[in-house]
Amino acid sequence: MHKLRTERRWIVAAAALAALAVGAKGADADEPGPGGARPMVPKNGAEVYEVYCQVCHMAGGKGAAGAARFPALAANARLGTAAYAIYMVDNGKAGMPGFKEALTPAQVAEVVAYLRTHFGNAYAEPVTASDVQAMRGQ
Amino acid sequence: MEQAQGRPTRRQLMHAIGLIGGTAAVYQMMTTFGHAAETRFDGPPQLTGARKGARVVVLGAGLAGMLAAYELRKAGYQVKILEFQQRAGGRAWSLYGGDRYTEMGGAAQDVRFAKGNYLNPGPWRIPHHHRTLLHYCKAFGVALEPFIQLNHNAYVHSTEAFGGQPMRYRALAADFNGNIAEILGKSIDQKGLDQQLTAEDLDRLKEALRGWGLLDKDMRYRGERASRSRGWALPPGGGVNGAPKPSEPYAFGEVLKSGIWANLAFFMNHEFQTTMFQPVGGMQKIGDAFARQVQGLVVHGARVTRLMQDKAGVTVTYADTLSGQVKTEAADYCVCTIPLTVLSQIETNLSEKMTAAINAVPYSSSVKIGLEMRRRFWEEDQEIFGGHSFTNQEIGLISYPNSGFFSNGPAVLLGAFANGPGGYHLGGMSPAERIEAALAQGAVFHPEAYRKEFLNGASVAWSRVPWVMGCCARWNEESRRDHYQTLVAMEDRIVLAGEHASYVGCWMEGALLSSIDAITRLHKRALEA
Ligand SMILES: Cc1cc2nc3c(=O)[nH]c(=O)nc-3n(C[C@H](O)[C@H](O)[C@H](O)COP(=O)(O)OP(=O)(O)OC[C@H]3O[C@@H](n4cnc5c(N)ncnc54)[C@H](O)[C@@H]3O)c2cc1C
Ligand code: HEC
Repeated sequence: MHKLRTERRWIVAAAALAALAVGAKGADADEPGPGGARPMVPKNGAEVYEVYCQVCHMAGGKGAAGAARFPALAANARLGTAAYAIYMVDNGKAGMPGFKEALTPAQVAEVVAYLRTHFGNAYAEPVTASDVQAMRGQ
Repeated sequence: MEQAQGRPTRRQLMHAIGLIGGTAAVYQMMTTFGHAAETRFDGPPQLTGARKGARVVVLGAGLAGMLAAYELRKAGYQVKILEFQQRAGGRAWSLYGGDRYTEMGGAAQDVRFAKGNYLNPGPWRIPHHHRTLLHYCKAFGVALEPFIQLNHNAYVHSTEAFGGQPMRYRALAADFNGNIAEILGKSIDQKGLDQQLTAEDLDRLKEALRGWGLLDKDMRYRGERASRSRGWALPPGGGVNGAPKPSEPYAFGEVLKSGIWANLAFFMNHEFQTTMFQPVGGMQKIGDAFARQVQGLVVHGARVTRLMQDKAGVTVTYADTLSGQVKTEAADYCVCTIPLTVLSQIETNLSEKMTAAINAVPYSSSVKIGLEMRRRFWEEDQEIFGGHSFTNQEIGLISYPNSGFFSNGPAVLLGAFANGPGGYHLGGMSPAERIEAALAQGAVFHPEAYRKEFLNGASVAWSRVPWVMGCCARWNEESRRDHYQTLVAMEDRIVLAGEHASYVGCWMEGALLSSIDAITRLHKRALEA
């Protein structure tokens, strides 16, 4: 999880998106522009959670409700199936964006392992980067 | 103008083309010049003659929903809008002093801005070619003023360049262009471009590089010529010591590292070109103006939980957010403008294909932070009037107020517009932590004044906004191909509308264009039924 590498991933991802923009994406969305290209780079599962997940799933994985819900990840039996959690983090669904472009396989494995062993979840079986790579077909 | 000499003007060209090729050629030429095809808007829809008693229920009182209601009522429909919030306008919203805002997760903020000050948490700028929005702003009496999009005197900051010192946009932009011009000029002299261009074109290109890149007679970027754009070491004055002293261009390697090219490209995007506008007094004024046009039609505090249709009509179930009481609303047709993030969790009997489309579009996650400062130090100390200073830190930029120039008293600065990873990270913080991060990062631009003049702040993390749970829909090539046509197609009695149902995503214009298209098709179907 080298800093420059992750930063480059974002720059490359942004450039790729911009390249796709012709026709497919439509007009350029209202965005801050080129700022923010050097975000904090999380070093472990707890930090990945804090940087990328906490905004929706809340501190402690409590979840939240508004016009609809962010599911709680605390005491969530579905985390027992690591493949399901990996799939959700990589691909997202509906109100949850996918993080395949943003996170390395190691980062995904770390955050999933973190969730499985915190917030009232106790699934000790390890989750590895190669599990994530396998699901990504790499 | 030196450069224009000997060239035909645009009008002369058009005239000549008109003589040669007739109107089709003129039209094509106009399009090439970017004159004709600026917008899809060719006036408000002219819907008339709805069947007597036909009812439409509109879900959501954002701009898409309110425009649908306004135009459909004009066409003769009985219209009702169900809206989750106690306010109308949706994402066209401002926070003012005295407002209390509670985000998902329960953190509440009491906004303490002085009277007249505000934060636009969402939309804040309007391109001059967003003709639908501009049309309705005029029709509904919204006063607009300029939004200062490009300010050459604002800063660009990168932790990777110039030892982390912010530099003026003007100097970086001039140095970037100037160096490119000088390098290309040398390459011409060294026959580097002989394969690509004719000798004649090379001469023309060299002249162009000299003019555009601000090169001197020796094709060098330096000295007085460069200083006229990048700024002087000692600016021109009056009297005895009036003569200016030229400045030294920065090292090109640092200029490249600063990422200034990305800023130049940003300002070239059609949606971000000057002239841009903002409503006087905050974006909520647009929400208010639309709300005045649909007065009496909106049921506030109605959280839609279920949307069903059959041969006889549409039935919407909603919970009153204050009393918790569950109610239903029946209609012949439904225009649903609820953001997809929320809609994906509402029970419907829409087709599988449509449900898949609703689930397929992720939303971005941005954060805006307003910081009220005791005085306009950016104007008083740095001569920055509106515009943005960019940084590669998570806050993305800070942006200066576009009105009230030279006034005394507190003013609100946009302390962050974070997106991507920065948007997630800042969004996951508590409101107090966000303010602290904004002060720590933004101080790089105004180290003496930033913390000293800070009074109070407010922040909005769009993923935690209870009624949208995200910023805007993000389509890509794949989702457009697989789901867009399904999403916008009218399914029996229900049609979706909103920014997500357009190719002008994350713009109010997209919400309006989508709405007009949806109700035009709804009206046609209702008349054919
Ligand atoms: C950070 C940011 C910056 C932006 N910048 C710009 C800009 O500079 N210029 C620009 O033109 N556009 C900008 N936009 C985009 C613009 O805000 C949107 O495109 C537009 O306002 C969307 O209008 P809408 O009617 O489609 O949706 P909304 O305005 O979101 O309306 C949807 C309505 O549905 C209601 N609702 C949700 N759930 C339910 C439910 N269950 N029951 C009942 N009602 C419900 C909501 O409360 C809301 O009022 C920006 C957006 C963001 C987030
Ligand atoms: C923008 C908001 C958002 C962010 C950010 C987000 N999620 Fe989610 N997440 C959701 C929503 C909404 C759902 C429910 C999706 C659905 O099924 O409709 C969800 C579902 C999940 C689920 C499945 C839960 C279940 O009970 O089925 C997991 C696991 C999950 N998220 C993990 C994560 C992790 C790990 C991160 C950070 C890398 C993350 N999420 C970031 C919004 C978000």
